[in-house]
Amino acid sequence: MTKRRIAVVSAGLAKPSSTRMLADRISTATVARLAELGVEVTVDTIELRDTAVDVTNNLLTGFPSPKLEETIETVATADGLIAVTPVFTTSYNGLFKSFFDVLDPQSLNGAPVLIGATAGTPRHSLVLDYALRPLFTYLHAVVVPTGVFAASADWGDAGDRVATLQSRVERAAAEFASLVAVSDRSSQVRDPFELDSGFSPTGSYMID
Amino acid sequence: MTQATTQPQDTRKAMQFGIFSVGDITRNPVTGEEPTDASRLQDVLRIAQHAEEVGLDVFAMGEHHNPPFMPSSPVAINSWLAAKTERLILSTATTLITTNDPVRIAEEYAMLQHLSGGRMDLTLGRGNTGPVYPWFGEDIRQGIPLALEKYALLRRLWREEFVDWSGQFRTPLQGFQSTPRPLDGVPPFVWHGSIRSPEIAEQAAYYGDGFFSNHIFWPAEHTAKMIGYYRQRFEHYGHGTAAQAIVGLGGQAFMRKNSQDAVNEFRPYFNEAPVYGNGPSLEDFTAQTPLTVGSPQQVIDRTLGFREYAGDYQRQLWLMDHAGLPLKTVLEQLDLLGGEVVPVLRKEFAKNRPAGVPDAPTHDNLKAAAAAAALVEKAAEKSAEDVELMEVGS
Repeated sequence: MTKRRIAVVSAGLAKPSSTRMLADRISTATVARLAELGVEVTVDTIELRDTAVDVTNNLLTGFPSPKLEETIETVATADGLIAVTPVFTTSYNGLFKSFFDVLDPQSLNGAPVLIGATAGTPRHSLVLDYALRPLFTYLHAVVVPTGVFAASADWGDAGDRVATLQSRVERAAAEFASLVAVSDRSSQVRDPFELDSGFSPTGSYMID
Repeated sequence: MTQATTQPQDTRKAMQFGIFSVGDITRNPVTGEEPTDASRLQDVLRIAQHAEEVGLDVFAMGEHHNPPFMPSSPVAINSWLAAKTERLILSTATTLITTNDPVRIAEEYAMLQHLSGGRMDLTLGRGNTGPVYPWFGEDIRQGIPLALEKYALLRRLWREEFVDWSGQFRTPLQGFQSTPRPLDGVPPFVWHGSIRSPEIAEQAAYYGDGFFSNHIFWPAEHTAKMIGYYRQRFEHYGHGTAAQAIVGLGGQAFMRKNSQDAVNEFRPYFNEAPVYGNGPSLEDFTAQTPLTVGSPQQVIDRTLGFREYAGDYQRQLWLMDHAGLPLKTVLEQLDLLGGEVVPVLRKEFAKNRPAGVPDAPTHDNLKAAAAAAALVEKAAEKSAEDVELMEVGS
């Protein structure tokens, strides 16, 4: 059986948080879809809250603590990433952004990413497309077309009854699973000392 | 007074110990006193001279073009110090190869080499302050290519009498002769400094130059990998075995006789220091980086541990005078470093140091090596001539 590993990053601050609930729902649907595709998947779920101080320290010192380094490694070497944040002041929260700020900008090159967000009202739903999607596009990740937004009402019977939260989750998970199934990121051997192909120790090359 | 050691001559040659300073102007968080450019410069000069007085080998001055850092011209500072000291090797931490003109570096440091009687070398670095690049007409995104090309030219200026050159980052040269020519025909020794760029380790290895790892702003396991990479590439390029590569390390310490006194006294400075202040706790930072706050014995033990992951190396420099520490305290730190720490380190590092590990670079041993190489070359020419004569004769 093919094996894959996905990382789930939740930037919810409460414990328990609805952001984590959404993240779990998406990862459960992804695991089920991958199983249908004959892929066995390991899920590493990360609550950014647990590394909040480490993330701030990394911003200040320029290097991660051993604990944060392990978290970063988990995310950067996964076959795919589910990234979910609560909406704070019309965008991803600061912790979510700070975490992606301390990643090496190359570390998510080509990584399949499924984006999700939670907020009190559905009026924030475009945050997926004006905030999260550009962030991951900048990092050269492959963001699946469907993002999942859950407003508070989606957790009760006042949510969308036509395109239900679960149907949105399933649709995004299916798109994500098909990319994760063919991702080889978790088995790649990375050489941190690899030099650019045009590198010459005497100069005579330019970075575009 | 420096203490007598069992092998004072040899241990002093094998490894050099000293201090490096960024020259930051930081408010003393305990007294609230704020140094001025003038007072900080005088303090730095005093600190450097005291380094020699306590028996240290090296003083290295940073180069910065933005307050709150004072030293814009380490070569000027080192020239003054050359006249005031007798044994101290005057180095830099670092000389900005990216934003300086390599022609001026060649000229100014060759001048310093003459003024100091060869008691100098330099550590090249790229600098990490964004606006400094455009202020000097460069682009930070070209940091690595700038360092590579400008150093390639710098080397030639010291090694070739007349240089024809053209490149991407400087106006071309035709028939340019850099003056003064290096002292005794021996170019100044160059260390390449980097925290995390393998390209710079590769460059140092390619030329067989020294590699200086700042060490203090990064966890040791990363420094270990970077030095391992440099050593391996040094061997690859045919300069000797990996163990023979020339390695320097940074360090950072604060000492009192009783370690708890050191912790209590240093903590307010640590908490507001540039770079890591208001971030990780002192305890976390000492665990994650080479910073050691404690007794002289703790500094000895920690420093001896560097060899376990960096191999036998040539130069150990400590950052001792930053974060607003008052002059008197820094001088006391140097007394402990020179009086209690370094004499023990000289002895301990000499133990089990493999015979093939080169001594630390000095003008004298570079001069001797150049003379030996010239003899070998002459002998090779002679034997080639003999072969020719024999062939003619046969």
